[in-house]
Amino acid sequence: MLLQIKNLHAQINGKEILRGVNLEVKAGEVHAIMGPNGTGKSTLASVIAGREVFEVTAGEVLYNGKNLLEMPVEQRAREGIFLGFQYPVEIPGVSITNFMRTALNEVRKYHGQEPLSGAAFLARMEEKKKLVEIQSKLTNRSVNEGFSGGEKKKNEIFQMAMLEPQLAILDETDSGLDIDALRIVANGVNALRSKDNAIIVITHYQRLLDYIVPDIVHVLFDGKIVKTGGKELALELEGKGYDWIRKELETR
Amino acid sequence: MADDTRNILDEVTGKEYKYGFVTEIDTEFAPPGLNEDIIRFISEKKEEPEFMLEFRLNAYRRWLGMKSPEWAHLNIPPIDFQSIIYYAAPKAKKELQSLDEVDPELLKTFEKLGISLEEQKHLAGVAVDAVMDSVSVKTTFSDTLAKHGIIFCSFSEAVKNHPELVKQYMGSVVASGDNYFAALNSAVFSDGSFVYIPKGVRCPIELSTYFRINAKNTGQFERTLIIADEGAYVSYMEGCTAPQRDENQLHAAIVEIIALKDAEVKYSTVQNWYPGNKDGEGGIYNFVTKRGICKGNNSKISWTQVETGSAITWKYPSCILQGDNSVGEFYSVAVTNNHQQADTGTKMIHIGKNTRSTIISKGISAGLSNNSYRGLVKVTKRAEGSRNFSQCDSLLLGDKCGAHTFPYIQTENKSSIVEHEATTSKISDDQLFYCQQRGIDAESAIGLIVNGYAREVLSKLPMEFAVEAQKLLSISLEGSVG
Repeated sequence: MLLQIKNLHAQINGKEILRGVNLEVKAGEVHAIMGPNGTGKSTLASVIAGREVFEVTAGEVLYNGKNLLEMPVEQRAREGIFLGFQYPVEIPGVSITNFMRTALNEVRKYHGQEPLSGAAFLARMEEKKKLVEIQSKLTNRSVNEGFSGGEKKKNEIFQMAMLEPQLAILDETDSGLDIDALRIVANGVNALRSKDNAIIVITHYQRLLDYIVPDIVHVLFDGKIVKTGGKELALELEGKGYDWIRKELETR
Repeated sequence: MADDTRNILDEVTGKEYKYGFVTEIDTEFAPPGLNEDIIRFISEKKEEPEFMLEFRLNAYRRWLGMKSPEWAHLNIPPIDFQSIIYYAAPKAKKELQSLDEVDPELLKTFEKLGISLEEQKHLAGVAVDAVMDSVSVKTTFSDTLAKHGIIFCSFSEAVKNHPELVKQYMGSVVASGDNYFAALNSAVFSDGSFVYIPKGVRCPIELSTYFRINAKNTGQFERTLIIADEGAYVSYMEGCTAPQRDENQLHAAIVEIIALKDAEVKYSTVQNWYPGNKDGEGGIYNFVTKRGICKGNNSKISWTQVETGSAITWKYPSCILQGDNSVGEFYSVAVTNNHQQADTGTKMIHIGKNTRSTIISKGISAGLSNNSYRGLVKVTKRAEGSRNFSQCDSLLLGDKCGAHTFPYIQTENKSSIVEHEATTSKISDDQLFYCQQRGIDAESAIGLIVNGYAREVLSKLPMEFAVEAQKLLSISLEGSVG
């Protein structure tokens, strides 16, 4: 099992956001987590990545059998967890090239590998840029500075491609994308699917799932996963809206 | 700022100074204290002509009537000028003809600092003048340069071999009574570097001086004089370090630059004097007067500085833009950590017509430090059509440090344009988290972000210096902020 979340509770500033999440993800799977605004989707992603503003009050998270909650943020990343940010932050003056080279070599060092040579690194960049149709010039620019919404999201997937994570969590990667950018981003993600890695796609809308077809769909509601099904569940949600879930829960 | 960030910053801002070692070397000292006899002693030791001794004594008499400046945003403890040794020199047995005759301990010291004095081993052709305590130890590549008519030697040699140039230009930009520390320097300065680039000559290699304070209780007072004759070009770099000592040591230098018609001088500094320990004990007091004059039309002087060291920095590399269409530039990154204090900036004095100046200042404060930018842009009546652009950015790491900006703008001329921009920012938790999520630990992330922040200035440094400066920025902030 790649990722195992058991009865996870987390809060921020004393307000409980996650109220007992259970989730299992195997290598080779693509999961979609859907749900209305404010139900804890992004919080779940942040807690897995290790953002310390969220306090875990109960439960456990195992990653390849290891206790993930004990690891610092960078160690989780080096172990192969990647978070595609909903709002990627700008880092003025730091070129994407420099940023990625630093990151990639840190990850390699952790796994006892030599740093990539300049030539090998650049070749890898060129290859991965094509995947998300990034223009050459973009990687000379500062990380996310002055990027359009589409460029930011493409840059996230580009970084994912560079780092080849075992578990990628894409937090509302579709927000702010026009239909062309959405297609490009989705194609990039699909190209990175393999039997060895897993992807968790967090989204409000069915739209993205037309392009990235999930194996399993979860509905997160009020800090818990309340419904799990196949890809058809996403279509059902699209048709009936989240009120349907709410009503179902009330009558239960 | 979240607690975790604070802890990271605490860790990041506690690293050790790398150059704190002392070289055991036979050194000749003057007795401590300052009086006319000491000044005569220095002048005699250096076998100086009469005009130099007069220059020194005049400066000393002026200094006696002056007071230490109090206008800077600095807390300067009283300095006992009578306890300082004003002359210390590694003992040399005779006149040095080749490198083989230089004390191997000295060579080792500079090797340790990453400065090779062996010309054949030297990378990419950088000529070096190495100054330890009061004297110039060795100047490399002098012969090669001489073929172009370029003079690059220690100040003492220039006094002996080129007295007419020294006489004409010394004190012409920074008068001996310019300010308290300039007067002190003019009285007791021991050595430094001298550069003359003849008409129309483009200096083919980077020139560089490396200053090292080694001896205890010693002040370092060096002087640099750079003259670029008409149409000449030179790029000059200055580096400095000092051993780790519990007491404070005084460094009061003067740099004068003269650019004649169509000449260009690029002056780069990486200042890494010992900054004192985490509790603010020890460290260099760095009181430096640097000024250049664009004397001729279409001349240009550009200052680039990366300031990471010293307990106290008081320094304002300036440009007097006298020639029409002349250009002055100031690019600065100043980092303060722990208990360091810096009050640094520039003065751009527009006198000629259509003169232009650019000021880019990036202050980075961490720990309990205080970092001030102080700048004057003055446009005189004559300076029609002149322009200035200033940008002063401050980056704060942690919440116990201070960043201050004191811009002064005086313009007497309606056809001129003066612009000033200023920002203050912090490294955000979001930026740190983003880097960490990609596998970069917090310390490296801060180094990365700070280097990115300073990139505009770092990119102005010569290649040979840029890499060193980048590393230095990261190291300076290790364990720095809290």
